[in-house]
Amino acid sequence: MRKVTLNQGILKYFLLSILIFSLSSTYAQEDEASAESTESAIPGADPVAGKDLFNSLCAACHKPYKDGVGPALHGVTERRDMEWLYKWIKNSQELIASGDSEAVAVYNEWNKVSMNAFPQLSNKDIDDILAYVEQPKPEPKKKEAEAGAAVADGGGGSGISNEVIIGVLAFVLLMLAVILYLVNKTLRKFAEVNGVEVEEKKEKGKPIWVAFAENQFLIILTVGVMLLVVTWFGYGALMNVGVDQGYEPIQPIHYSHRIHAGDNQIECKYCHSSARKSKHSGIPSLNTCMNCHKQIAEVSDETATEEYSKEFYDGEIQKLYDATGWDPSTQSYTGETKPVKWVRIHNLPDFAYFNHSQHVSVGQIECQTCHGPVEEMEIMYQDSPLTMGWCINCHRETNVKMEGNAYYEKIHEELAKKYGVEKVTAAQMGGIECGKCHY
Amino acid sequence: MSSEKKYWKSEAQLDENNPEVQSLENNEFVEHIPTDEFLGNKEKLENSKTTRRDFLKYVGFSTAAASLAACEGPVVKSIPYVVQPDRLVPGVADYYATTIANGYDFASVLVKTREGRPIKIDNNTSAKDFTAGKARVHASVLDLYDIKRLQNPQIEGRDATWSEFDEKVGIELNLASTKKIVLLTQTFASPSTDRLIKQFKEKYPNTEHIVYDSVSEEAALKAFQGKFGYKALPNYDFSKAATIVSVGADFLGDWQGGGFDASYSRGREPKSGKMSRHVQFEANMTLSGGNADKRVATKPSVQKQVLVEIYNQIVSNAGSTELNAKTQKAVDSAVNSLKKGGSKSVLITGIQDEGAQRMALEINAALASTIIDTDNARMIRQGENSKIDRLIEEMQSGQIGVLMTAGINPVYSLPNSEEFTEAMQNVDATVAFSMKLDETATQAKYVASTPHYLESWGDVQLTKKTFSLIQPTIQPLFDTRQFEECLLNIISESTDYYGFIKETFNQNFGGLSWNQSLHDGTFTYESEVNKEDSEEETISSAFNASSVARQLLAHSGDNLELTLYTKTSIGDGQQSNNPWLQEMPDPITRTSWDNYITIAKSDAESLGLKNYNVADGALNGDYVNLTLGETTIENIPAFIQPGQAPGSIGLALGYGKTESIQEEMQVGHNAFKLYKDFNTHQDVSLSKGTGVHEFACVQLHHTMMGRRDIVKETTLEIFNTSEKDSWNKTPEVSLNHKPTKVTSPDVDLWQEFDREIGHHFNLSIDLNSCTGCGACVIACHSENNVPVVGKHEVRKSRDMHWLRIDRYYSSEDSLQGDYEKKDNISGLSESLSKFAELEEPSETDVQVIFQPVMCQHCNHAPCETVCPVAATAHSRQGQNHMTYNRCVGTRYCANNCPYKVRRFNWFQYSQNDEFDYHMNNDLGRMVLNPDVTVRSRGVMEKCSLCIQMTQKTILDAKRDGREIKDGEFQTACSAACDKGAMVFGDVNDKESKVVEKRDDDRMYHLLEYLGTKPNVMYQTKVRNTTEA
Repeated sequence: MRKVTLNQGILKYFLLSILIFSLSSTYAQEDEASAESTESAIPGADPVAGKDLFNSLCAACHKPYKDGVGPALHGVTERRDMEWLYKWIKNSQELIASGDSEAVAVYNEWNKVSMNAFPQLSNKDIDDILAYVEQPKPEPKKKEAEAGAAVADGGGGSGISNEVIIGVLAFVLLMLAVILYLVNKTLRKFAEVNGVEVEEKKEKGKPIWVAFAENQFLIILTVGVMLLVVTWFGYGALMNVGVDQGYEPIQPIHYSHRIHAGDNQIECKYCHSSARKSKHSGIPSLNTCMNCHKQIAEVSDETATEEYSKEFYDGEIQKLYDATGWDPSTQSYTGETKPVKWVRIHNLPDFAYFNHSQHVSVGQIECQTCHGPVEEMEIMYQDSPLTMGWCINCHRETNVKMEGNAYYEKIHEELAKKYGVEKVTAAQMGGIECGKCHY
Repeated sequence: MSSEKKYWKSEAQLDENNPEVQSLENNEFVEHIPTDEFLGNKEKLENSKTTRRDFLKYVGFSTAAASLAACEGPVVKSIPYVVQPDRLVPGVADYYATTIANGYDFASVLVKTREGRPIKIDNNTSAKDFTAGKARVHASVLDLYDIKRLQNPQIEGRDATWSEFDEKVGIELNLASTKKIVLLTQTFASPSTDRLIKQFKEKYPNTEHIVYDSVSEEAALKAFQGKFGYKALPNYDFSKAATIVSVGADFLGDWQGGGFDASYSRGREPKSGKMSRHVQFEANMTLSGGNADKRVATKPSVQKQVLVEIYNQIVSNAGSTELNAKTQKAVDSAVNSLKKGGSKSVLITGIQDEGAQRMALEINAALASTIIDTDNARMIRQGENSKIDRLIEEMQSGQIGVLMTAGINPVYSLPNSEEFTEAMQNVDATVAFSMKLDETATQAKYVASTPHYLESWGDVQLTKKTFSLIQPTIQPLFDTRQFEECLLNIISESTDYYGFIKETFNQNFGGLSWNQSLHDGTFTYESEVNKEDSEEETISSAFNASSVARQLLAHSGDNLELTLYTKTSIGDGQQSNNPWLQEMPDPITRTSWDNYITIAKSDAESLGLKNYNVADGALNGDYVNLTLGETTIENIPAFIQPGQAPGSIGLALGYGKTESIQEEMQVGHNAFKLYKDFNTHQDVSLSKGTGVHEFACVQLHHTMMGRRDIVKETTLEIFNTSEKDSWNKTPEVSLNHKPTKVTSPDVDLWQEFDREIGHHFNLSIDLNSCTGCGACVIACHSENNVPVVGKHEVRKSRDMHWLRIDRYYSSEDSLQGDYEKKDNISGLSESLSKFAELEEPSETDVQVIFQPVMCQHCNHAPCETVCPVAATAHSRQGQNHMTYNRCVGTRYCANNCPYKVRRFNWFQYSQNDEFDYHMNNDLGRMVLNPDVTVRSRGVMEKCSLCIQMTQKTILDAKRDGREIKDGEFQTACSAACDKGAMVFGDVNDKESKVVEKRDDDRMYHLLEYLGTKPNVMYQTKVRNTTEA
């Protein structure tokens, strides 16, 4: 009995630690709701309306708290006179031309990049925008950040915690077995003491395996079934050699298609533009990324998931900056570039010719048909088997998009007559001939 | 009356009892697999240290290791651009128009680049002249990726930087102020370079510029200057010619820069019953002789007499000649033809003598020839080789301070190169501008690494009115700088040669758009460019015919006369580290990887020289020692050449290089040593050498099994007057004892498929237009990643050419003689003797036919039915597909192919040290076409009718949503042929040119009686044998 109590003690200690662990995380989450201040630095202005205007007109070059192409705007009302600001925002070039010393100084300081004129903005609109940018910077969400870090740690160190959990569970299981044995032993002792006979089970007739072994038919049947099963799975396994369906390698930059193609609904071919006219879909060159990421140095809070924190994503964007040699603080390229060595996921053998433009531009096939739900993929993986059977099958089933394509007009007429059908599949067009893909 | 004459590829073939020929005709693969040798050797097997158990262990281990290794795929990295250049789409080819101007070859080309790498040279079809239909030009893209290229400048044999180079060369130039500075360069024919050298001369007035051509045309240049007052070469437009008489000029080869074949071929189409008549007097068998209607084998000394005789008859009597009756008759006939053609006649000569060249000009003037164009003269040869001897003297006496050589290799290509090398030691500073550390560069103190023309800027004046621009198509691969950039740097401390060219352009060609000209690559400008070289004497000289004739006739003609020539593959030797060119068989001898003495059969017999075929079909021959004055070259192989004029021999220049050339390609002998006084004709003596030479000759390989109707040939007269059936009869077979045409479906064994829908590709090859130049062979290599196998494999008949140009000799001097002889045969005994006589060729009067043969893409293909794994299958577009990944290498298909066009990969030819050619190094592999699989060992391959090109054309049209116009479909060979011999297209497009060709009376299929229904067709050869 002593032993049991001791064990129970350990268990309690363990449970307690789990409780504390979970409590601490709940505590961390409590403080999360960020209070967006509706108070305005400029009387009568509406920072909410200002935010919309800011995002549509100003955000391309300005950030509230950070320098972008133009200066950070927070505190601008303290630096400058309101009337000056109205003039500047409505037409900065005019102000510079008028010789306003302040305007010229700003112009020169910011590399003589002239700011767009916004004559459409009323003073009220400008007030709204300024009210929005003058909102105090939301307190750096320290605890959230910590929690995020913890999650990130958890993500990174999940191997360790899993081991701990498994270890603890194994220990508990062992303890339970020991307890069972002890209880059994104790009960037996009780029974012995009380004089109760514990009946030992006795054999009745043949054991089942002997009966089975003596039944020849059953053995043949079983062996047959087993052979079939082995053949089935063996064949399946062998046929899968070289098929990398589900291949999901770790990439040098954690690029999330979910965020880009899913959340932000960026068209696939915006980045993979060569898919329209080339055999290659093309991994976008890094300058394509920088079209947007010059401005987007960090992800929004909503982008972060439980698995990947904002800091994690921001770190990945930083990797892009390192590769392209972009210095966000000076908003300029250093000229030192490090090409990114992506791991290629979709590998066709060299002897198979595949042309993206044929399928994307001519066939008008959705990218997802072959690449799967890319817009949901946090990490890109190979969705289709990319086997020849898979290709051929699609060619047999898919009708050629002939409408409105002058190339197909005559062929369609003749083929429709030959096969007596209105729709013509790729196979009927000759799309399963060997030499169409192997040369 | 179809041509029934026997064509033969080798003299051995004419010997009925030659067992090798017979066994070769019966076997496609000449070598047996040595299983019996291995397993039959019991002793060896027993003594083997590997026991059966060990063997099983090895097998078990390697199987297990292989399957384990196969379980995990390799990780493939993809690295995109950091900043992608505008307009560059990975996977889509870009084209740039540029110009090759290496001093020997000049042509406007279109360069195909993929991902920034030039991978193929195409003809620039927008150019009117110099359209690049040359094997060397097409192969020049591989020179860019030559691993033997010089990668940085060198000073006294050590690597240096450009700043150091500039500094030191600058000092040397200034030190030479009391001496002479000599620029010894190739023919640049470049207005900008001329201007630049002029500026250089202004800065260093003690400069002399000497232009040197490795193969000189100085005689013709001087003759032209004598008549017209400036140095140039006349241009010719043979397309409108009625009569062409050539005395020793291989104008379909490299004569005066070559490139005349396109216009020649246009004049050879017997469309409206007319075609040019071509008479050729020559010693060596050349492309021009092979294409001629009448070829008269005459040795050089007789050629000179022929020329004088023609002058006598057309212009005025200059001196009496002593021609034999046969030659006299041929000359009379040629003169009659010339007179008949009148202003549409032209006479050209290759005799390297100013008087002879002038004589030709005078004859053309007397004919009032419109074929010769002296207004728009060629500027692509400017060499003043006669100045070289004076230069050497000056060098020896220490008068030269700085010698700069650019684009040339005089130490290799001068006949007196030892003298030149010695004299180089007496020059204070020698600077070599070179792409390679060649013979000259190794002797020079300073070596400037220059870029390939695909990495350079430049402008070229091809003819008086035709200009062409050079633009880079790739960033320089190595630390190189153009000759012009270096000069600019010396003059003005700037290397902006691009700006300099633009300046020249704007100065000279007012009103032309630079961008448009650069885009087109070529432009014409009517008014004369202000050639500021007024220092050249522009006095025309009088012509004294009788003194020239006396000089020409002075030659005794008793000696053995050597004619030096250049091969269409190697040329002057600049590109000899190019494996494509080395492996390209000579169009006439069908021999690759060598140069050799070509000798007439009678001369060979008197010297006791033999050529014979060994058991595996390869050709062996004796060696000869050749002596010219003090110079002796030992052990040159001798090749017995039908058609070689007795008393003459031939030897190709451009071989025997040893510096900066891969060991595999150090072949042949340097014939430049015999190029005394820059004259291609030399009197030599021969003696038999010792040993046996192994030729890499594809002559006896791929025999047509003795079947007839491979080549159809007729005469213009018959073609014009007779029904098609009499000269191009469709073969007939017997059906129910009635002759039925093989094209009839009643006699077809095969099921016919519907071929009316979609595209159906046909390729037409016109035997009249084909000159046998071989541009298509190299274009095919380049487009289809065809491997190079090397000399020893070629000897074993394992060459991989998808497209070969068969060359057949005929046995009689005229078809008519053949026909009459055959028709008059009666009875068995007479037929036996007469047929044997028919097979005996007349030694000199031999006709030649070139026939490009590639996969015929039979609609009823014999190869397809025998493939056990269905690796070769027919498409509805007419192409016979070959699926490499399906092929298991049984080679049944090759055995069953009646055309012998299938090629087997006996080895892994890429990334294999045994085949150390371009596919074995990273640099060389950059030339590979990414759209075509590099085949691996053990699979069959063959011509695909460039399916990657037809598929691309279709896809482009689909994407644009338009119909395909005729002419859009091309294959590499049809695109490379600027002679129009190959026409490719869609026969389901009734308007297309190929349909016209298919319906032409001249059309026939190869071995039509087999009923294979090929998609490749041939146009019957018509010769204009009408004697005037």
